[in-house]
Amino acid sequence: MSSAVQHFPVLVVVVSLLSAITIFIAGWINRKTACYISIATLIGQFIGSLFILHHVMTVGPIYYRLGGWAPPWGIEYVVDALNAYVLVVLLFLGLICAIYSKKNIEHELPRKVVSFYTIYQLLITGLCGITVTGDIFNMYVFIEITCLSAYALIASRGKIALKASFTYLVLGSIGACFFLLGIGFLYAVTGSLNIRDLSLLLPPFYGNRVVLAAFVFFIVGLSIKMALFPLHTWLPDAHAFAPAEISAMLSGIIIEVSTYAFIRVAFSVFTPRFLRLLPIFDILCWLGAVAIIIGSILAITQVNLKRMLAYSSVANMGYIVLALGLSISARTAPWGGLNPALMHILNHALMKGCLFLAAGAFIYKADLWYIKDFQGLGKKMPYTCAAFVIAAISMIGVPPSVGFVSKLYIILASIEARKFFFVAVMLLSSLLNLVYFWRVIETMYMKRAEGENHSRASHEAHVHREEVPLGMLLPIWVLASLCIIMGILWLANVPTPILNQVNSMFGLDMRP
Amino acid sequence: MEWFIAKIFAKYNYWVFILLMMIGFYGIVAKDNLIKKIIGLNIFQTAIFLYFISLGAVKGGTAPIVNEEIIRKGYVYANPLPHVLILTAIVVSVATTAVALSLVIRMHQEYGTIEESEIIEKSSDKGRTWT
Repeated sequence: MSSAVQHFPVLVVVVSLLSAITIFIAGWINRKTACYISIATLIGQFIGSLFILHHVMTVGPIYYRLGGWAPPWGIEYVVDALNAYVLVVLLFLGLICAIYSKKNIEHELPRKVVSFYTIYQLLITGLCGITVTGDIFNMYVFIEITCLSAYALIASRGKIALKASFTYLVLGSIGACFFLLGIGFLYAVTGSLNIRDLSLLLPPFYGNRVVLAAFVFFIVGLSIKMALFPLHTWLPDAHAFAPAEISAMLSGIIIEVSTYAFIRVAFSVFTPRFLRLLPIFDILCWLGAVAIIIGSILAITQVNLKRMLAYSSVANMGYIVLALGLSISARTAPWGGLNPALMHILNHALMKGCLFLAAGAFIYKADLWYIKDFQGLGKKMPYTCAAFVIAAISMIGVPPSVGFVSKLYIILASIEARKFFFVAVMLLSSLLNLVYFWRVIETMYMKRAEGENHSRASHEAHVHREEVPLGMLLPIWVLASLCIIMGILWLANVPTPILNQVNSMFGLDMRP
Repeated sequence: MEWFIAKIFAKYNYWVFILLMMIGFYGIVAKDNLIKKIIGLNIFQTAIFLYFISLGAVKGGTAPIVNEEIIRKGYVYANPLPHVLILTAIVVSVATTAVALSLVIRMHQEYGTIEESEIIEKSSDKGRTWT
């Protein structure tokens, strides 16, 4: 088995690509096959990614040479603890969203089922490609594959989504172009594109202005992709008007994988030594803090639930960026190094995935978009609403949910870095989270629906439940329960060996 | 004057690429027409391609087709790698343009216009506030 796992990184990408083509052809013959092929592929990929993670943790990193060409000339796929972790997260949420979309897409886009799943598999191909590749130009190509699929999927609903998709396309292309320009600058200095090779060749040039410019282009380009404030302007519309599972993927995975690309560039291509030469990570801390506050305040002003969740994503990217900014100064386990940032990548995927899928369920059943229309929903759709509430209290940060763990560790890290301002920001953001999520929960449970009979007995009798089908409820509940289970696992330090390996790989060894 | 020659003329390819990039950027930001925005985006991308291609140029270099004659006579040849990278990037750029144009066609069907400001005026569904 061990030798077979060596081939899994490339298989994860290729199988997904082939399944996109298979879905397209099989869809001509029988369109009902599309979602089953997609789900089967994703189950296979997910199991494969678990094997990769196990192999990386027990044996060591996997190096795969495409076509047998030796690096730095050939393209190399490198999987270490960081990629393996992100790969598992992204394939897990990808699988959940594919299961959810079976019912939802038949309802929302009945005539586009085949093309939806084709492009969905291309999206997964691109995301897997970004994570496994060890070649920076290859990463650029995969980023573009991901984003092109995302543009098409966002636009699939038509109308206002077209405009949202177009805005994302223009900004995303500019971001990708900046990334390409950064690659060009690094290539001009070193003559190499392989990430491992670059990390060896770059140190003598750390003072070089071209290298500094390259780093800035990488940061700005990827900040657009990961919707870091003030470059988030494409995000709210794209998230609000895409189909529910695509909103969940966009918010939970696509911007997170861009963050992964950011970590890879900052820590693998460059090194923590380079990052300490510049005040860049202090600036990131402040940008993260501003994103948290502004994102939360804008979320409060929204009347559309999905737009509110989208602004909450802006705030959550702020958490991740703040945690990243603190990563080179906080060094005490378990909150030092990259731990809080990597934790929040998983935690945000779980929470926001659950919230967006629940919001999609409201739209599926009753075409409810506005928060004010949610009156009495707690009685009508009790299971979906309960899952929504679990994810929402997790966002607010009630122990022992995942949101609590992330926030706690970010606060502890900022105390250790002696930046107490960020402690205040985190506490304030929890309050703001409470404000905008409580508004939704209050409308769901406390307010009566209009025209409803006021006498309590007849009120109870008249409520008829309108739950979504099991195929949609199950994914929502898996994510909601994981919001709590993962929180306990984090606190029990179960998955920390993975994160410790990432930290020691980047020379961020921690004090116990 | 010497400074001028050393900074501007000797490195004119970089100046041209920055100039083109900014022209494209201006098009993206300032134009209201979506097709013009796409053209701006294309200029922006092409400027970066030109930078890469000029990076691979070698003075007096021939095409990078290495055979025995080239090696025997000691010819220099252009670095082929940036060109290959840009072939890939051109494909990406074409795909982006194709998606963008198809989005514009759909928007024209929905709203009957391709001016951004008019589309914003006409779209007011699902709690959209443009601020």
